[in-house]
Amino acid sequence: MTAIVVTETSGLTPLAPTRRRGLPGMALLRSTHGLQRGMLLTGLTIIAVFVVVAVLAPVLAPYGFNVDRADGVVFGTQQPPSAAHWFGTTVGGQDVLSRVIFGARTALAVIVLAVSISLLVGVPLGVVSGYVGGKVDRALVLVTDALYAFPSLLLAIVVAIMITNGRSTPLGGIFAAALSITVVFVPQYFRVVRNQTVSVKNEPFVDAARITGARPRRIIFRHVLPNVSQSIPVLATLNASEAILTLAGLGFLGFGIEPSSAAEWGYDLNKALSDTSNGIWWTGVYPGLAIVLVVTGVTLVGESLNDILNPMLRTRGGGATTADEAEIVADDAPSVADGGPRQAHDSPLDPDPDGLAAGAPLTEEAGR
Amino acid sequence: MTAPTVPAVPTASTGPARPVLAFDRLSVTFASDAGPVRAVREVSFTVAPGEIVAVVGESGSGKSVSSRALLGLLPGTATVAGSAQLDGVELTGLRGESMRKVRGDRIAMIFQEPATSLDPVRTVGWQVVQALRVHRPMSRRAARARAVELLELVGIPDAASRIHSYPHQLSGGQKQRVMIAIAIACEPEVIIADEPTTALDVTVQAAILELLRDLRDRLGTAIVLITHNMGVVADLADRVVVMYRGEVVEEASVAQIFAAPAHPYTRRLLAAVPHLGQGRSLSADPGPAAVAAAPGPAVVTSVPGPPVVVPPSIPALAVRDLVVEFAGRLGAPRLRAVDGVSFTIAPGQVLGLVGESGSGKTTVGRTTVGLVPAVSGSIEVFGTDLRTASPRVLRDLRRRFGFVFQDPSASLNPRSSVGAAISEPLSVHAVGSDASRRRRVAELLEAVELPASFARRFPHELSGGQRQRVSLARALVLGPDLLIADEPTSALDVSVQATVLALFQQLQTEMGFACLFISHDLAVIDLVAHDVAVMRTGRLVEVGTTAAVLNAPQHAYTRALLAAVPVPDPAEQADRRRRRADLVESTRG
Amino acid sequence: MAVTVVPPAPPAPPATDVARARAPRGPLVRSPLVRYLLVRLALIVPTVLILVTVVFFFMRVIGDPITASQGGRLSADQLAERKAAAGFDRPILQQYAEYLGGLVRGDFGTALTDRREISEVLVTNGAATLELTMWALLVAFAIGLPLGRLAARYRDRLPDVSIRLFAVLVYAAPVFFVGLLLKLLFSATLGWLPASGRASASVEIALTNVTPKTNIMIVDAILYGDPGYILNVLEHAILPALALGLLTAGVFIRLIRINLLETMRTDYVTAARARGVSERVVVRKHAFRNAMVPVVTVMGMQIAMMLGGAILTETTFEWQGLGYVLSRYLLARDFVAVQGIVTAIAVVVAFSSFLIDVVNALVDPRVRY
Repeated sequence: MTAIVVTETSGLTPLAPTRRRGLPGMALLRSTHGLQRGMLLTGLTIIAVFVVVAVLAPVLAPYGFNVDRADGVVFGTQQPPSAAHWFGTTVGGQDVLSRVIFGARTALAVIVLAVSISLLVGVPLGVVSGYVGGKVDRALVLVTDALYAFPSLLLAIVVAIMITNGRSTPLGGIFAAALSITVVFVPQYFRVVRNQTVSVKNEPFVDAARITGARPRRIIFRHVLPNVSQSIPVLATLNASEAILTLAGLGFLGFGIEPSSAAEWGYDLNKALSDTSNGIWWTGVYPGLAIVLVVTGVTLVGESLNDILNPMLRTRGGGATTADEAEIVADDAPSVADGGPRQAHDSPLDPDPDGLAAGAPLTEEAGR
Repeated sequence: MTAPTVPAVPTASTGPARPVLAFDRLSVTFASDAGPVRAVREVSFTVAPGEIVAVVGESGSGKSVSSRALLGLLPGTATVAGSAQLDGVELTGLRGESMRKVRGDRIAMIFQEPATSLDPVRTVGWQVVQALRVHRPMSRRAARARAVELLELVGIPDAASRIHSYPHQLSGGQKQRVMIAIAIACEPEVIIADEPTTALDVTVQAAILELLRDLRDRLGTAIVLITHNMGVVADLADRVVVMYRGEVVEEASVAQIFAAPAHPYTRRLLAAVPHLGQGRSLSADPGPAAVAAAPGPAVVTSVPGPPVVVPPSIPALAVRDLVVEFAGRLGAPRLRAVDGVSFTIAPGQVLGLVGESGSGKTTVGRTTVGLVPAVSGSIEVFGTDLRTASPRVLRDLRRRFGFVFQDPSASLNPRSSVGAAISEPLSVHAVGSDASRRRRVAELLEAVELPASFARRFPHELSGGQRQRVSLARALVLGPDLLIADEPTSALDVSVQATVLALFQQLQTEMGFACLFISHDLAVIDLVAHDVAVMRTGRLVEVGTTAAVLNAPQHAYTRALLAAVPVPDPAEQADRRRRRADLVESTRG
Repeated sequence: MAVTVVPPAPPAPPATDVARARAPRGPLVRSPLVRYLLVRLALIVPTVLILVTVVFFFMRVIGDPITASQGGRLSADQLAERKAAAGFDRPILQQYAEYLGGLVRGDFGTALTDRREISEVLVTNGAATLELTMWALLVAFAIGLPLGRLAARYRDRLPDVSIRLFAVLVYAAPVFFVGLLLKLLFSATLGWLPASGRASASVEIALTNVTPKTNIMIVDAILYGDPGYILNVLEHAILPALALGLLTAGVFIRLIRINLLETMRTDYVTAARARGVSERVVVRKHAFRNAMVPVVTVMGMQIAMMLGGAILTETTFEWQGLGYVLSRYLLARDFVAVQGIVTAIAVVVAFSSFLIDVVNALVDPRVRY
């Protein structure tokens, strides 16, 4: 999936910093159009619900995630959905709804941990390696490339085994799962950030700083990092969805979090697999839908962010700067007599090449 | 302002023929985020058979949009109103198959960027054959034979084997020739040439213009030449349509436009065009001058303005036997970009470094400021060799030079305000307090004729010309003694270039810094430089005073370069063309 | 989920100025493609070495394989004896060197739990995985290519919106969940298709006697020549291929859409339109071919990624491929077997990325010359 991030962010030009009015998110939202805004809002809503459910899990869930009886009465195993158990019960006799709700909690914890650890490690490594270059850079690229090409689930499994051997506490389980995913993500951040750094460091404005005698640290923090960082939100969002899927994959194969220490959707799906032959659907469908829903929400946000931040993909190329025009106009104002002096801003002409490039339809009829 | 309908002006060359192409109040509007944008407003003009009409204007004038509207090549956000007729047939309403039959067969197009206009994964022969077979029922074999003929016609050497080449194997000029071969494949009545030579070197440009004229003479094709270059207009056009902000402001024969421009915009446009032979080369007697290649007393030319104090001892910049190489790809041999270049610049003098693309001129500039390591040779700035200086000395030395880049949109950090950009050298060298830096920024903004309020703006809120002024301010903020300017105006429109060049000259005179001014444009060099160095494939072929080099060039390459520059004056250009033909003839013989 | 990436563009030459500077030409330069491919071929070695090293040391951090798999079942003395016999008590670097030596000879070792030769596992179960990925690729291409083109063609209109939504959903659904749904619907509820395995037990037994035995079920069935068997094998392949193929199809759709949109905006597409080439031909002959250049790279990477998806798919459908045995060995903590299989996958990944470069060179003349 990151393939798409990389292809799509490759054309990213720095988003023009705008003066902040109100919330930063609002400006972002305001810059969207019908469909895009719909995608973004849907995604944000899903994420909001997910986070609320995760945080309030103990309040929302009717039972504990590992409880198979209430008030001394056993729920019974594989009970179909009913008033007492809306989503039915599992093969282990737990309430499916409660496990789905507590699963959100586990997923959120792992996402936050995995993405932030990967950011903390991958981004500085990528910037420094890309900027400094040389042998260390080449060696790091070789290693990350190798890890990158490797099936990431397999890598996560290997790391999970390495970390969790024997010990298992609830927190340790979540932490271990997050760490295994981190190992997969660090090469991704490294590559994206490094490649952007390499291209930014050859920009004339970085050369300009170098010519004035600015030290590398100043150049990295002042010039490189601010211009690299804008691809990180997109990558982080799309990685968050990957984190959920990897966590579920680990759980499904039995290398995730111990089932008694936390509820985890992938593990539940594994247990539900054998139920399918008996036509028992509720044990698998609900946790599966939870995964699909959350990943869809996060992916929608990531995709819209990408669309918005990537001007190459914008449907309509709005007011390209034509201030050169303004300069001419300013000189010209007295002589262009008939219309009176024109203001620079009231006529943002679209210079042809850009306009054509930004909005070319697929077919000549397409846009009409 | 012209009337909405302009009667076709009968010109001497074509006579009052029935127009092959007629625009009548053509308007194009784009829907954009910011509301509808009127890119073309009620444009009317005609083109007679076999006539070359130049549509002239700067960026945003709508000159390309109006021609693309003809062929329905505009994006879906565009709406076209008014009329455009080809031989009496209305084009604006044509859709689908009927429009497809016009494209290429009756109206063909040549684009600005030959490098991107050819499909990179198809051979050039395939693309010419496609152009033929789209409109003519012919066998593959016959089409291939015809393609070879066409490529020969446009001057591709060894066409029979070249048809198997991929675009990336051809040079820029050859690619444009292939584009022209595609354009003439079906012998269209009209060719629209959209900035056909803008991306090419001047010597290549001259050859392409020659080819276009030749094709018109032989095939009788009418050509709509869209360009911003007045020299190209003077060279090729019969008639000129001047566009400004989406409107036609003037239309006249080429002689009349240059001799007696009617509209103030046309007048200013013409005045803004740097004209070879009207700069510093005028102000000194021609003749071989003391060449500045050896260190020693600087060449003092008669420069208008305050006399510059020239201490004979230490040059501002002395480059000796400079060699720069780049690693080739994947173990390929190293590329020698600069090969034994030597020159000096005395304090307060401007040396113009001229060359075509690939000559290594940019590399020289980047090497002198340490962005590119040199393989051998020395670079002395005020007597200190950059290559052997200690880091501390180097850092101090850096305070004494500034650099201006070509691309105004890339040379400023998009995330830094203008004020931060200009004061950056001050903070790097820890000069002054915050308050004094702010004052200095305001001073510099004033010096480059920008309002002080611009300090709070961000680069994307500025125009290209304004950005280049900011770039200049940043380069000058430490009061440098040496400025290196790499094509500082070549990305700008003519009229903006003129104002930036004027500013540069004024600041140079006031501040008296020495300057290495790199450009491909001899006319610009003529305007600003005291001395000229001509570079070709990594070597200097000629160095001398501007007057000497431009008026009495010694080296054949300099002569060819000078002869290729089109001059914005039709009569003089016709004369130059003849002399150029003689020159080519004589070098062949 | 596995990841793929577009390789970074080759670094631009330091200055545009030197593009045409004289380049002294050696004899090798005459065939840059050969040199390029040789370099890429040589790069396989460090790639494999890095992966093997990482896996080897990661797995040994937690102790020796014998203790991992038999700990608790054997007494301390027995453990020590078994360790000594297998050589796991020697210095780790020595073991590492020996392991590498074995790999070079094609010796992957023997599984601790069921005593199978790992190389034999790789051949038989590898064939099953190969078969599954081929079917899945077929599904991915059959769905991904046309839908990607359709979405690009009707950009921002209903077909595009629904196709993009489909691509997101398909990506968001883990293969094992899609597999579970497919099993519920087509197997448990409708009873149309078998829920697991590569063929019915009787067919599988019958096919063991085919010569030459390829272990690729469909080929074996064809060699056997019974149409009923062929049908049986195909029936078993449908659901796993769909589950794994849909995931990849989602990636293909998005890739093709985005790259087509980008090439449709290029100058040469406008130029082709301007010479009267019809829209259909413009898309087919110009845009699509060019869009395939980056797509091929990512698609190739996708094959490596499918190996990751195959582990989950095989577990879901009890498809006796590499992933299936791998997860069993993993649960049994048989790290000798795990290490061997993972190493083999690394070699496959490295070679497939080399093959992508070859394909790329065929598609893109700029690489070829």
